[in-house]
Amino acid sequence: MTTHHTDTSAHTARAATPAHHSPTVRGPLPLGADPHASRRNGQVLVGAGAVTAFVSTMLPWTWTAEFPGDLTIALYPAGLQLLTLVAAVLTAALLLASAGVRGLRWLTPGGKHSALLLMALASLAVTWYTAGAIAVELGGLVNLEPGMWIGAAGTLLAVIGALALPADLTPETGDAREPGPWARLTHALKAPAPGRPAPLPEWAEILVICASCALGLYVFAYGIEADGGPPFIGFLMISAFGFPALQRTGLPRRLTALTAKHRGVTLAATFVAALLFPITQSNEAYTNIAVSVLIFATVALGLNMVVGLAGILDLGYVAFLGVGAYTAALVSGAETSALGIHVPFWAAVLIGAAVALVFGLVIGFPSLRLHGDYLAIVTLGFGEIFRISVQNLDGDSGPNITNGPNGIPNIPDLEIFGFNLGEPHTLLGFELGRFANYYLLMLLFTAVVVTIFRRSDNSRIGRAWIAIREDETAARAMGVNAFRLKLMAFALGATLAGMAGTVLAHVEFSVNPESYKFVHTAPPNSAFLLIAVILGGMGTVSGPLIGAALLYLIPAKLQFMADYQLLLFGIALVLLMRFRPEGLIADRRKQLEFHETGQLDVPDATAQTTPGLPGIGKTEA
Amino acid sequence: MTTPTTTAAENPAPRDAGSAVLDASGVTMRFGGLTAVRDVNLSVRAGEIVGLIGPNGAGKTTFFNCLTGLYIPTEGTVSYKGTVLPHRSHLVTQAGIARTFQNIRLFANMTVLENVLVGRHTRTHEGLFSALVRGPRFRRAERHSEDRAMELLHFTGLADKRDHLARNLPYGEQRKLEIARALASEPGLLLLDEPTAGMTAVETTATRELVLAIREQGTAVLVIEHDMRFIFNLCDRVAVLVQGQKLLEGTPDVVQNDDRVIAAYLGTPFEGEPGEAEAAEVRAAEEAEARAAEEAEAATTAQAARADQPADAPEGKAD
Ligand SMILES: Nc1ncnc2c1ncn2[C@@H]1O[C@H](COP(=O)(O)OP(=O)(O)O)[C@@H](O)[C@H]1O
Ligand SMILES: [Mg+2]
Repeated sequence: MTTHHTDTSAHTARAATPAHHSPTVRGPLPLGADPHASRRNGQVLVGAGAVTAFVSTMLPWTWTAEFPGDLTIALYPAGLQLLTLVAAVLTAALLLASAGVRGLRWLTPGGKHSALLLMALASLAVTWYTAGAIAVELGGLVNLEPGMWIGAAGTLLAVIGALALPADLTPETGDAREPGPWARLTHALKAPAPGRPAPLPEWAEILVICASCALGLYVFAYGIEADGGPPFIGFLMISAFGFPALQRTGLPRRLTALTAKHRGVTLAATFVAALLFPITQSNEAYTNIAVSVLIFATVALGLNMVVGLAGILDLGYVAFLGVGAYTAALVSGAETSALGIHVPFWAAVLIGAAVALVFGLVIGFPSLRLHGDYLAIVTLGFGEIFRISVQNLDGDSGPNITNGPNGIPNIPDLEIFGFNLGEPHTLLGFELGRFANYYLLMLLFTAVVVTIFRRSDNSRIGRAWIAIREDETAARAMGVNAFRLKLMAFALGATLAGMAGTVLAHVEFSVNPESYKFVHTAPPNSAFLLIAVILGGMGTVSGPLIGAALLYLIPAKLQFMADYQLLLFGIALVLLMRFRPEGLIADRRKQLEFHETGQLDVPDATAQTTPGLPGIGKTEA
Repeated sequence: MTTPTTTAAENPAPRDAGSAVLDASGVTMRFGGLTAVRDVNLSVRAGEIVGLIGPNGAGKTTFFNCLTGLYIPTEGTVSYKGTVLPHRSHLVTQAGIARTFQNIRLFANMTVLENVLVGRHTRTHEGLFSALVRGPRFRRAERHSEDRAMELLHFTGLADKRDHLARNLPYGEQRKLEIARALASEPGLLLLDEPTAGMTAVETTATRELVLAIREQGTAVLVIEHDMRFIFNLCDRVAVLVQGQKLLEGTPDVVQNDDRVIAAYLGTPFEGEPGEAEAAEVRAAEEAEARAAEEAEAATTAQAARADQPADAPEGKAD
């Protein structure tokens, strides 16, 4: 472990590792008498394993095309084979980078062997899962062609080799005992923070950001398009190991620094990537999922203002989405609407937002005088009150406003500037179907909510919200009118949800009280919204968006395990809270809170150069 | 009690000893059957540094909470520069009284700079709408706030830590940051609740310098402290609180030689004048106790800096 340090002269400033590993550090599974031999043997094994796995994807894995993805054709990797192929290539690239091969070192500014180990595990997981899935689906191991066995062996070799490589960090000194295998394994998965990057030219930085956005779009599109069942599970598996591996390399941190430096470019590139999504899609079913994801994600971001910034645990948030949706349904010319009026869409949006605002104020005014658990329970109660009231305002037990449990069906499609969003249109030569139209409309709303979130966060009001979240008494003693500000956050959150609801009503053709429960097996519901925020990362912009996308896609793709869905989410959430309590995307502040490393909080010079209000920037990769 | 002091001689005299900044009259606070503060009158004049001492549980923190609107006193009024203060914490700060807490209560997961910026909340007025629009006025106000905050960080010696999380600061610097955050609201009166608890001798001296510098800038200070030497060296006037009642008030010289104070600190009822031998005993015991209290305080505060203590955490009391 000395060669790869030659390129870090510019990096050592912040690298948490000492420049030279002590020679006693060995991998979790040493292969050889001394560390150097173990390291060499490990590298050989990883290389051989990666090549073997790569070759195996060129061979048939099974004999019949009945298994999803058709893994039967030689020299034509498809379906799950592609995932193994990608993992094998990345493993090989990381191996070369960690061995210090010129031209690839930029791949691993942070951890080297830890990233390699995780990547090898990713290829192992997806390959062995494929073997298992084939055996189960087609009934027996006889259905595996030799190629499958070769792939399984290759990925196993790579993992064994990766385990022999020395850890990236020297262990804590002072503990005289020889650490056990488990301790050595967890240690081997730790990576140092990347050093300060060598400066890139401006255009190259912007290019990196754009490429990252394109990659993000591709991964998202792949996830949406993957067939439910084995291909999607394979995708989840490779993501589950691949993203941590990526994290270890330190590249995401570099990217974060870049995005912090080029805020505008990042936002624009992300927006364009999202805009391009429906164009890359030919199948209406996928754009349908995408628009639902977008609505769900936007609502989650609104909830993040309430929960993540102001610290108000709102368990009835979905009710405001319902208020918006019902309001839009009532004023948009549906036949069963009690009002029977049809206002233009912009007016429906304003009315929906205003009604949600009023509801937010009315509910927030009494309940925000409570704190903590009491407040959570009261909001939960109000959420259910909304649903039950809607159910009962059917003309029997009350005035007929909402049409009771039947809901309001047949909400007409929107017409904006003569465009009927229900009909396909051709835009710049691309065919955009109904859901693509709504997707683009919704994207506009999402952009508005993102802007509102970012701007309010980074202001006097946002700071006061966070101060209240941190310590309400101290905030009040600093002159913050806590009640007023909490009411403001609550009402703003309600307004944004109401706005999203007006689009939701049109996309889904109908509104129905059953969609606005506290908990349900499919989104949106208050529990899922909250999970999306917590899973994604409280207080961040990208966290809830990613969390919501995952939370929507997983149930949609894995319908065959609907019965266990809530159980699986529960388990996933427990694991996440154990291993990454700050959520997938860490708020810069939260990251510092949960992983004390002593010096993490010394911000990068790049993060400081943001004009305006430095130090308040957040992770928004 | 002959702690070596040079109080009045060393400290510059208050610049404007005339008008009262704080006027608390007849403040009484009862918790059920317990009367934590009983009919306390206290005033602080502009440019003064006033000390508030008393044994543990005497009601000093409770008195502070009454002054700052965190508690609604059962009886009595508090006025600032002649106007009676409402019992709302943020309005008190708005009026011009800022405070620190005995158990440090920073916004732990905000940066040092952000903490101070929150302190400026009452001195800026940009609402949600202007934050969303981000016009030139908003940006000017933000920049001005940041400049002000940075001045305070320079003043307290925390400027190079502006982007650190408050929770990661060493203990002594957290205390300083609390003071900087309080000063950000441009107060006319600063209330410090045991600002040197748990500090080393060097840090204590630095805090003393800081308090003097704050007074130099025209802010009156009311300070609770256990460290007798600190108090008698610093203050123009000292009030003694015992079992919720003001026992006595006067210059440090008067207070530190008062037998009732000594007795109160020893916890024994006062009977007649102590003899020469007795006085020596008293002195030794008092010093030992002060040291012990200091150490205990240091341990608890450092450990559970944010643990809610009943006297400090009046959740929902004032709203
Ligand atoms: N919120 C409260 N509820 C009940 N008792 C309280 C409360 N706050 C303070 N007390 C009591 O008031 C007395 C004075 O406490 P405190 O003001 O913290 O003393 P000091 O700061 O002088 O050490 C103590 O006996 C304490 O237990
Ligand atoms: Mg106290």
